[in-house]
Amino acid sequence: SFCESKFNFKKCKELCLNFIQDAMLQKQWKRAAEFLTFYVEALEKDFSREPVGVSEIIWRIGSEILRHHPNSSVKEFNAFIEPIKTLSVKRYLKVCLEHAFYLLHNGLIDEAYQNLSLAESWRFGEQTIIQDKEVKLIQAYMGLLDYYKWSKQKNILLEHGEEEFEDLSVEQEMHSYFRKAAVNLKEIIKMPGVWDQFVQCYVDMLEFYGDHNEARQVLNEYAYNPEFPTNPNAHVYLYQFLKRHGESKKSLISVLKILHDIVPSHELMIDFNTMLQKSKKRKRRRLGLEVIFAVLDYAGCKENVKAWSCLARQVKQIVMSEKHLAWIKQEWNSRKDWWPAFHFSRYLAKKNWQENESLSYEKALVAGILLGRDCKYFKYVSHKGCKAQVKRFRILKKFVNKHNPVYLRISD
Amino acid sequence: RDFNERCAQCSEVNWGLTDGGRFYCRSCHNVTEKITDVPNTDFASNTKIQTVSKSVRKQEKTGCEKKICEGFQLVLRKQAEALQALGVCPQIKDEVLWNFWRCYLQKTKQAYCDRPAGETVEPLSVCDSGTDVDSDPERLSLYSSLSESEGDLQTDCSFVSSTSKVSESTLVHSRSGSVDGSLYLMKNPKEKMRMTMPMTLSFCYMALLWMRETMTLSELLRFVFEGHIPYLNVFQHFPEKMKLRGPDIKIFCVESWPSYEEVFNKMHELAEFLDLPRFPDVTDSCFLHPDMLCMKYLMEANLPDEMHNWTCRVVKKTCIGEVDFLTLVPGNKSTRKVKYDVLAAAVIVVVLKLLFLLDDNYEWLLSDFAQERNKNNEDGPYFELKKWYKVLKCTLDVEQKKLDERRAKYLWRCEKPLFYSAKKKSKVLKRRQIVVNLQNQFGRLSGSVQPAEKPNPSSFQLRWSEENTDGSCFHGHSLKGILQEKCGLLTAMNPRYWLCTLKLCNEKLCGHLAHYGEADFPHSYHFVLRLFSFLLRIEPSYIHDEVCMIEHKLFNKKLCKKKKKKRK
Repeated sequence: SFCESKFNFKKCKELCLNFIQDAMLQKQWKRAAEFLTFYVEALEKDFSREPVGVSEIIWRIGSEILRHHPNSSVKEFNAFIEPIKTLSVKRYLKVCLEHAFYLLHNGLIDEAYQNLSLAESWRFGEQTIIQDKEVKLIQAYMGLLDYYKWSKQKNILLEHGEEEFEDLSVEQEMHSYFRKAAVNLKEIIKMPGVWDQFVQCYVDMLEFYGDHNEARQVLNEYAYNPEFPTNPNAHVYLYQFLKRHGESKKSLISVLKILHDIVPSHELMIDFNTMLQKSKKRKRRRLGLEVIFAVLDYAGCKENVKAWSCLARQVKQIVMSEKHLAWIKQEWNSRKDWWPAFHFSRYLAKKNWQENESLSYEKALVAGILLGRDCKYFKYVSHKGCKAQVKRFRILKKFVNKHNPVYLRISD
Repeated sequence: RDFNERCAQCSEVNWGLTDGGRFYCRSCHNVTEKITDVPNTDFASNTKIQTVSKSVRKQEKTGCEKKICEGFQLVLRKQAEALQALGVCPQIKDEVLWNFWRCYLQKTKQAYCDRPAGETVEPLSVCDSGTDVDSDPERLSLYSSLSESEGDLQTDCSFVSSTSKVSESTLVHSRSGSVDGSLYLMKNPKEKMRMTMPMTLSFCYMALLWMRETMTLSELLRFVFEGHIPYLNVFQHFPEKMKLRGPDIKIFCVESWPSYEEVFNKMHELAEFLDLPRFPDVTDSCFLHPDMLCMKYLMEANLPDEMHNWTCRVVKKTCIGEVDFLTLVPGNKSTRKVKYDVLAAAVIVVVLKLLFLLDDNYEWLLSDFAQERNKNNEDGPYFELKKWYKVLKCTLDVEQKKLDERRAKYLWRCEKPLFYSAKKKSKVLKRRQIVVNLQNQFGRLSGSVQPAEKPNPSSFQLRWSEENTDGSCFHGHSLKGILQEKCGLLTAMNPRYWLCTLKLCNEKLCGHLAHYGEADFPHSYHFVLRLFSFLLRIEPSYIHDEVCMIEHKLFNKKLCKKKKKKRK
């Protein structure tokens, strides 16, 4: 529009903001900075009730520009952010926290810690209570940084080894960091949420001091408390912990089973299958088959040789024992309509053979059993393999030929 | 007050406050960086001070109103000076505008206060008032607002920014100097003539019209937008004694540009209010006459000079070139008020429609036809609409971009921060400081940036030169390419015409003669409207209104015939 009277203060600033946003999207930081200089006077009229007010816009845009601008520096950023903190009481802690992140991003651990510490000691009547989530976060990050410092001290201690004299102060420092970190980390992981990093650090420290019970309890809570959001990592951490401490197969399996329910394609499932295959208990072996089939339902695992070798091994074992063919039938039932195209097309046969002989070998075994010796995949790969005079393919061919009737039984 | 440090320079403890709210040493005038943030708790900021006696209140009222008058007087003076600098005849300042203003003061003074005009009233400034709660004179001169409830800074600001027209009835005058002004205003029928910033431009335009200067209203406004005529932040130039108090700021501090309609309508109201006689005649030798303005706009729109014949013919046929039609007679409600610039633009649009039809089809066929004819043409080139369209479209897009960037970079605030209330002063100062720091910081990060150039004041926004070898100037092109000879006369090949609207609305009822919706009309028509919208800086719908009006005059007979036929 060419009509100037439509462009009052508010409209002009909106227009200015558009220019800033365009420049930022095109990574033209100088241009964005230029337009920002014209935008900032909107601050003097920032009494709006809009969800995102002018001061917040300036904070976020200014920060972004300063993060990317070639002539920017940490000093510039600090000079920018301090007055921003004073602009909004409601946002004070948030800005402090983000400032700390920025400093951490630039490797300034101590400065970040100072900032967080300052923010933690801030008191502003009611606001401190309203913003208690932010306070907790700040404390949590302080805990994390304390852990970092603890970790450094620990490494120094481990390196020195013999020189006990110097170690005393190092040790004392280390312990004090532990205490500080523990308090804060313990607090934050009480709140339902995703605290992977915090949990791992806390557990690391607990393990070091030998407090396995506390560690186990923490991990259990994190994985099993229904108030917490579903988090596959929680189960992974628990599993790894239990494994480290030589827990029984039973407990390991129960953890992994839940992981299988949440993320069937998780890489740990392959280990899970390996574990289950070895078991004497029929139920577990049955579960193993289910698990490994599930892994290969996912496109991400299509070329995972290990997964295929696990499946191949188990299928081979079942076929040779001639027991529990029903298991294969059950698993294959829901997959026979789409696995052939998904895994065993002629195109894939060619591709797998060219790129990865082992992969094609394992897959060919499975294909041969599930689809019979006349299926495209098996035919192609075994032909190529035998032609190339690779021993195992000849053995494979023999095996599949021998057990071809199995295919007939599964496929009816 | 509580600042007890020793001065760095002279070691005295004798502090005062500067305008900017910083402490300075009274002994050696050393200014510190420390900004006072001690809120002035002595003032009962939200309660009206009941103890102010009635007589003082009355005196305050007129005193403050006098200040407002003085303020506007200064604004007008500055504007007149600017007009002079732009080449307007010097009489405008000391004779024409001044007389209008005096007349206005006379007419309104009688309405303003209870006492007859002429009785001098001692303008009591706040400083002298003994009923002030805090008697520190230094402090008083800074914290100027007193007894009225300033209200929320929030509502003040949002109020000003949300209304583009600062209309008098919604301005809460009870908060300005006049304590019982609100009651007074409601009784007073002349309230509509309360002085506002947009009205200063109405005064200017009125003076220009009276003198029949070569500046149309759209030009005047454009000069305002471009900063050649003071409007925004004029109060910066007010002398110390005319310190703006709290809510009075709203009157002088606008945060939007006035619209053409607003200034135009107000001017006519003003002319009537001042009982002005018939304005000097607008004759055909006058710049404001459609024949003259058409010539100007044709040049600016890069259209062939030959079109001028056509515009003159339309003007003649519709009688809009008559002296009585064009000359302003204040108070005459029967004649339609003439927007000279819009009228001329509309005439050109009508001519374009006559010649090219502009139905998104015919004009391009015609252009191709002209192009064909151009191939065997040995005389000057024939005008091809397609070529013209390409050039102008490009230009308009560039101008739009330039304008948008200029708007985005517009700085509304001035260096002198305003305070609406004593309570918020420190907060305001702090904000200003933050803003200035941010501007400096990001200014450095902008790299070498030239400040937004203020365009040189010029009557022509677009220039086309025939010396350009790229053929982008169409002034000398001939219309013969789209004309045909009939009975020795050259007439348009286009036999048809479409009316913008069959029936005109009642302007007084709905404010417009017709309603313009971009989607309802051909793109070419919209483009042409957009072109003149740019040149005049008004909405296309205003031009559309005038086009409708002209068309109805032009085709009056045919329309009457139609009506008669219908009746039968």
